[in-house]
Amino acid sequence: MSIHHLKTPIKEEEIRRIRTGDLIFLSGTLVTARDDVHLRLVKQQDSLPIDLRDGAIFHAGPIMAASKDRPGRYEVISIGPTTSMRMERYEKEFIEQTGLRLIVGKGGMGRRTEEACAAHGCLHAVFPGGCAVLAASLVREVREVHWLELGMPEAMWVMEVENFGPLLVSIDAQGNNLFEQQKAIYNEKKEAELRALNAYIGEAFRI
Amino acid sequence: MNDVKEKLVDLLAQFTRLSSIRLPDDVLRKLHELSGSETSERARFFYDAMLADLDMASSLMRPCCQDTGIIQYFVEAGSKSPYLDLLEDALRQAVVLATDRTPLRHNCVEVFDEKNTGDNTGTRIPWIDWQVIPDNQDLSIYIYLAGGGCSLPGASKVLMPLEGYEGVLRFVFDQVTSYGINACPPLLLGIGIAGSAEVAAKLSKKALLRPIGSANGNERGHALEVKIEEAVNAIGIGPGGTGGAKSLLGVHVEQAGRHPATLAVGLSTACWAHRRAHIIIHPDLSWEMPTHQGAQL
Repeated sequence: MSIHHLKTPIKEEEIRRIRTGDLIFLSGTLVTARDDVHLRLVKQQDSLPIDLRDGAIFHAGPIMAASKDRPGRYEVISIGPTTSMRMERYEKEFIEQTGLRLIVGKGGMGRRTEEACAAHGCLHAVFPGGCAVLAASLVREVREVHWLELGMPEAMWVMEVENFGPLLVSIDAQGNNLFEQQKAIYNEKKEAELRALNAYIGEAFRI
Repeated sequence: MNDVKEKLVDLLAQFTRLSSIRLPDDVLRKLHELSGSETSERARFFYDAMLADLDMASSLMRPCCQDTGIIQYFVEAGSKSPYLDLLEDALRQAVVLATDRTPLRHNCVEVFDEKNTGDNTGTRIPWIDWQVIPDNQDLSIYIYLAGGGCSLPGASKVLMPLEGYEGVLRFVFDQVTSYGINACPPLLLGIGIAGSAEVAAKLSKKALLRPIGSANGNERGHALEVKIEEAVNAIGIGPGGTGGAKSLLGVHVEQAGRHPATLAVGLSTACWAHRRAHIIIHPDLSWEMPTHQGAQL
């Protein structure tokens, strides 16, 4: 479990040094991008309003409040990661087309994301799910918002963060996938537990 | 009457707001207990963040999770409550008010129009489930903030009876190991067993409203709850899904009589940030919240 400090723009060689199970603290720019942003770029072939090359995205739909002191600006109230697996369908193309280096989310992602991370030098890392006030406390400033017409959760919120983390690396750029490795273990144990449970039910319920 | 309705709306809005900020007492107790049973570095990574987050949420009065869910109310309405006529509209108004005051995230997307309504109300939302309690004057209301992540593992299926309880368990365990991992464990599993898909599904959600660790009314039913909990914990999913000693807040099963030719099973899961709250409102608008001792509304 080594600890890495990354700052955007992130260099490919830094990404290549990191392994699953390591912890990351991110400083610089972090942009929210979830279902609709992926849909717009990959399926509807719109161009993104900002350049994500060597950047970091956050699978997150925050609660933002309009700033009372600064008109037109926003403050983050609560921002935790959302289920990354929902973006699996388009993440490979998203990585290819943007040149992104880091995806922050929750839970694992699948084979296609794994391939794109290895091919292009990108990582997937998790922030503990549900810990949204904790995450908000690590955001220094909400700089811009794009595509607000998609609604508060789906818009692209551009934030400045400082030591955002710890983030647990779940997919590295060497083809390792922490959640998939764990899932194989769980599935094996599941079969043994089900056999024992079925034996118990047969006996205790006489069915 | 308008004054009374305004008071009722305000009370329900404050109840809704608090449910997004503070977890119920039983869930908090269970999280501390589970946290104490973990020693691995990775499990600690998750629990340390969770407990720090809950403290910050309470002191800043902000929603502990950004996904404040689709708002669902389960009403057990006393047939003699003076508020029966007002309640449905009062709950809708309370949602709009709580969304603005807290603030809650905008989570209601109209189907077909695919537009977020921006105030958490919409077609049949907030979802309101009604049950009438005869000869009673109170309104007993449960709220559940149904987040996206913890709703994703939800499913129901009608099995053939000869698939037996083995079939029920296979369905539950497959859902939990494929989708439960990403649903913010430790999870509470709600399982419904009945004769058709929608009854099993509804009972599985109602099972989530029970206090953590409460027992199924049937002795065998409760034995099954305990056994399922032990078996799922033994799989080792852990907090956050990357391994650990315990993976569950609990297992609650609810049942209804089934058809001789069908065996339906439903599954609902609640994440560790299990935002459920219960309020009892008396005819004079005095109230109590059994889930949140010392709550101020």
